Amino acid sequence: MSYKTDYNRVQGLGRAGEGVGHFWIQRVTAMALVPLAILFLIPFANALGGGYEALVATYSQFGNALTAALFILVASWHFSIGIQVVIEDYTQGGTRLVLIVLSKFFSFVLGAAGVLAVAKILFSA
Amino acid sequence: MVQLTLPKNSKIRTGKTWPKPEGAKNLRTFRIYRWSPDDGENPRVDTYFVDMDSCGPMVLDALIKIKNEIDPTLTFRRSCREGICGSCAMNIDGTNTLACIFGMDEIKGDVKIYPLPHMPVVKDLVPDLTHFYAQHESIMPWLETKSNTPAKEWRQSIEDREKLDGLYECVMCACCSTSCPSYWWNGDRYLGPAALLHAYRWIIDSRDEATGERLDGLHDPFKLYRCHTIMNCSSTCPKHLNPAKAIAEIKKMMVERVV
Repeated sequence: MSYKTDYNRVQGLGRAGEGVGHFWIQRVTAMALVPLAILFLIPFANALGGGYEALVATYSQFGNALTAALFILVASWHFSIGIQVVIEDYTQGGTRLVLIVLSKFFSFVLGAAGVLAVAKILFSA
Repeated sequence: MVQLTLPKNSKIRTGKTWPKPEGAKNLRTFRIYRWSPDDGENPRVDTYFVDMDSCGPMVLDALIKIKNEIDPTLTFRRSCREGICGSCAMNIDGTNTLACIFGMDEIKGDVKIYPLPHMPVVKDLVPDLTHFYAQHESIMPWLETKSNTPAKEWRQSIEDREKLDGLYECVMCACCSTSCPSYWWNGDRYLGPAALLHAYRWIIDSRDEATGERLDGLHDPFKLYRCHTIMNCSSTCPKHLNPAKAIAEIKKMMVERVV
């Protein structure tokens, strides 16, 4: 039971002064992913039929490795901020907090692992 | 928080079927949500039969006829009966709209009437809108000025006045906000399309001197950015306004401030 007024409830803890950065970066990364996804998928699709050797040969080239690394970085960044919105929409309280933290860890690990894998192929060639 | 099923005490049961009016030839079936806070019962859907030969064309005409002639306990809000007051907002045939300007000829089959979705119910078709009104109050729906008040009036050009068209007509019926899934899940913190449309109405008012403060007040991941352009608000608005566009314009202004 609480005698808080409705106006008091609406005010809550006040405005966070945050949100436009998140909104803007989500759109910028989305725009960046359009060319990056195409540039990543073309050499990837070409190498796919040729097995391990063909993939190593593809990502030994600097241009292919660069677009792959950029795609993985930007995609995991976009995923990180996108999934945060989904979590905020559908969960609350402690669950929301834990899921957001876990999603951040997951995105960073995904991005770092992808970039390192590409770097390993590039520098071991 | 998402709730995909109704709580146990909110599950809807089949209600009473009221007798058909004697001698009527042109009957229409109405299935109407009923709930009373006084009897401890679950909500139910009652069935009424209305003689269309002696009934007006709008859904509100039928509701008033039912209340007058069949069941005086049926509870709903109404006042102006011409789409100006916003009192008779309810969910008719699956769409939030005003009963007074929604014609029964637009509905196929039985007329199904429920209160506005996802709001606490006071009784029958009457939702509790106190939180909704407090959200409206929080966006300061009035002219804010710092300059000295002019002797006669705050002047506005014809072009600047035209910017308010499509915004000032909002009657705060709550059809849009209660059709928005983001408002269903996070209505405690998300201001919803109606309050944000009003916020935009004052943000772009050329006479208002608190534009920055108004944008500051909305800069929040929940108050504003829960809008994901689902567009239910614009498709349901009985006054054919476009709250989704107003929210998009606020988001554009937010970006303009930082980029």
